[in-house]
Amino acid sequence: MIETHGLTKVFKDKKRGEIRAVDGVTFTCKPGQIYGLLGANGAGKTTTLRMLATILEPSDGTAVVCGYDVVEAPEKVRANVGFLSTATALYPRLTSQEMVEYFGRLNGISGPALKKRVDEIFARLDMNSFRDRRCDKLSTGMKQKTSIARTLIHDPQVMIFDEPTLGLDIMTARAIIDFIRECRQRGKTVIFSTHVMSEVEKLCDVIGIIQSGKLLAEGSLADLRQRYQEQDLEEIFVKVVAPHYKPEEAA
Amino acid sequence: MRLQDIGIVYRKELTEALRDRRTLISTLLVPLLLFPLLSVGFGALAVTLVKKAEEEIPKVMLLGGADSPHVLETLRRNKKIEVVPATPDWKDKIINKEIRAAIEIPSGFEASLDQQEPETIKIYKYEGELKSSISADNIEKTLKEYRDKVIEARLEAKHLPASVLIPFRIKQDNVAPPEKVGGAAFGGIIGYMVILLCMTGGMYPAMDLTAGEKERGTMETILSSPISRLDLVLGKFFLVLTASLVTAALAVLSMGVSFWGMQQAKVFDASKNPEAAGMQLHIGFTAVLSVFIMALPLAVLFSAGLITISLFAKSYKEAQSYVSPLMILVIVPAVAAMLPGVELTAKLALIPILNVSLLCKELVTGTYHWNFIALIFLSTCVYASAALFLAVKMFQREDVLFRS
Repeated sequence: MIETHGLTKVFKDKKRGEIRAVDGVTFTCKPGQIYGLLGANGAGKTTTLRMLATILEPSDGTAVVCGYDVVEAPEKVRANVGFLSTATALYPRLTSQEMVEYFGRLNGISGPALKKRVDEIFARLDMNSFRDRRCDKLSTGMKQKTSIARTLIHDPQVMIFDEPTLGLDIMTARAIIDFIRECRQRGKTVIFSTHVMSEVEKLCDVIGIIQSGKLLAEGSLADLRQRYQEQDLEEIFVKVVAPHYKPEEAA
Repeated sequence: MRLQDIGIVYRKELTEALRDRRTLISTLLVPLLLFPLLSVGFGALAVTLVKKAEEEIPKVMLLGGADSPHVLETLRRNKKIEVVPATPDWKDKIINKEIRAAIEIPSGFEASLDQQEPETIKIYKYEGELKSSISADNIEKTLKEYRDKVIEARLEAKHLPASVLIPFRIKQDNVAPPEKVGGAAFGGIIGYMVILLCMTGGMYPAMDLTAGEKERGTMETILSSPISRLDLVLGKFFLVLTASLVTAALAVLSMGVSFWGMQQAKVFDASKNPEAAGMQLHIGFTAVLSVFIMALPLAVLFSAGLITISLFAKSYKEAQSYVSPLMILVIVPAVAAMLPGVELTAKLALIPILNVSLLCKELVTGTYHWNFIALIFLSTCVYASAALFLAVKMFQREDVLFRS
């Protein structure tokens, strides 16, 4: 479960002054649901998700993940979260197995329990053929699988995906989409950000449209279609975002 | 703070460091090869060159002296020079290294000698050129011997003993034990090496573990794990510290082995090479260990400082441009301590790097000023703690971690 109330992040920039990257965002993601955060570049998606993963600290408002406040118990939050983004790379000089084991240990799993868990995940994701290969020698697909294994090692209740398919080829992107779907089936709370409409249409139970740090519209695809009298999600998105769109924010 | 988590990060960073060619070269290879190459290689080369220069029989020209046959004969009898016929372009020949020196004997030199009128024999040489200087020294020695004989003859003619010219003798004698003599000559270098290599050893790992991690995109990955940022930075810090100390230890070890090797090879053998006799090195294990103990807080200071500065950089390259000027900050005080006459005072004992460097000079000679040792150790610990505190604080700043 993820609950945010008035979540805000302000950055100070020497040239542009105060920037409200996320501005009073309130939403709830429930277990067994996929919440899609849809927005253009610079809309505030990554900052919101980074605050949920406690990588950044909110300037204002609150966020509670699995019952833990992101400011008061960040380590407890991270222990319950699997965070995957295109920016979460792998350690090039570790092997695929060492990478996953490292994150297992950081999550407090060790000894036979860790070995069992690693074997299980490697078998499930069909990773045994490259488990001893260094991460810098892996193909993009193998790297993605290793990243997925890394987020799964502690079996988190909440999965946060920040534009996980950005820059990936179709087959690898598809594998990620399948994985997100599988997370829902296992009853996990899933939040994922993207600017790809088709991914949202395929996956999301609830869609939040974000622009200039503000959550402008929220609901299921059916709700949004009805509310904005449009079938195509892209049209709905444009209708919602256009009045607030500032091209300079996309930079 | 959880020691277990610090250990997990440390072990992982160690695994990666041992697989990184750049870190291996800077931490292991450079200190192991630096000193043998510098000292044995360079030293042996210098010894060979000097020997070769000494063995060469230089060509010299005699200008004038036709009316002074005794002097000419004395110079010709010197087996270490070869007298060649004089030519008008003797100056050019010296400059072009065709001959090594020229001796100008004034006309009527021996006649003046008989009349006890002092005359000057000039030796022309190429200043700063080794072989020319050796020749000139050699000629001067021969001429001095000839002068002594003239003096002896004059004294004899007046029935005076030779001792009339030496009313008393002066002799310098060393009372310092050999380790102190060796220490005074090499103490500065050992301190300098340890300080410099503590710095260079930590440089690459520090950049790799901070700016390198940002550049490779693994910073966000590790920050999403449950480990606290304090434990994360401490794990990284201990790895940088290890690299720093291993580098310095290997350098001292290789330096010791190099000197031992040179002593075994009798490079400093007094009977063969009198000038090198003073270079005999007697530095005890305790002295080197004391230098290390003093360098420990300094290594902490360097490691924490390096982490703080390279963390600020967005990429490895940017980190390099921040860290390289730091080397000057380390080298200048370390070298300043090697200057003759610079000695420890209470004020200097508070200047980081310079204080340890000066103290190392004393420690190696076996001198232990406990009040200075305590003052320097404590002040360096204070600086080191401040640097570590700063590194931890920097690691908690979002604008530093996600600087764009």
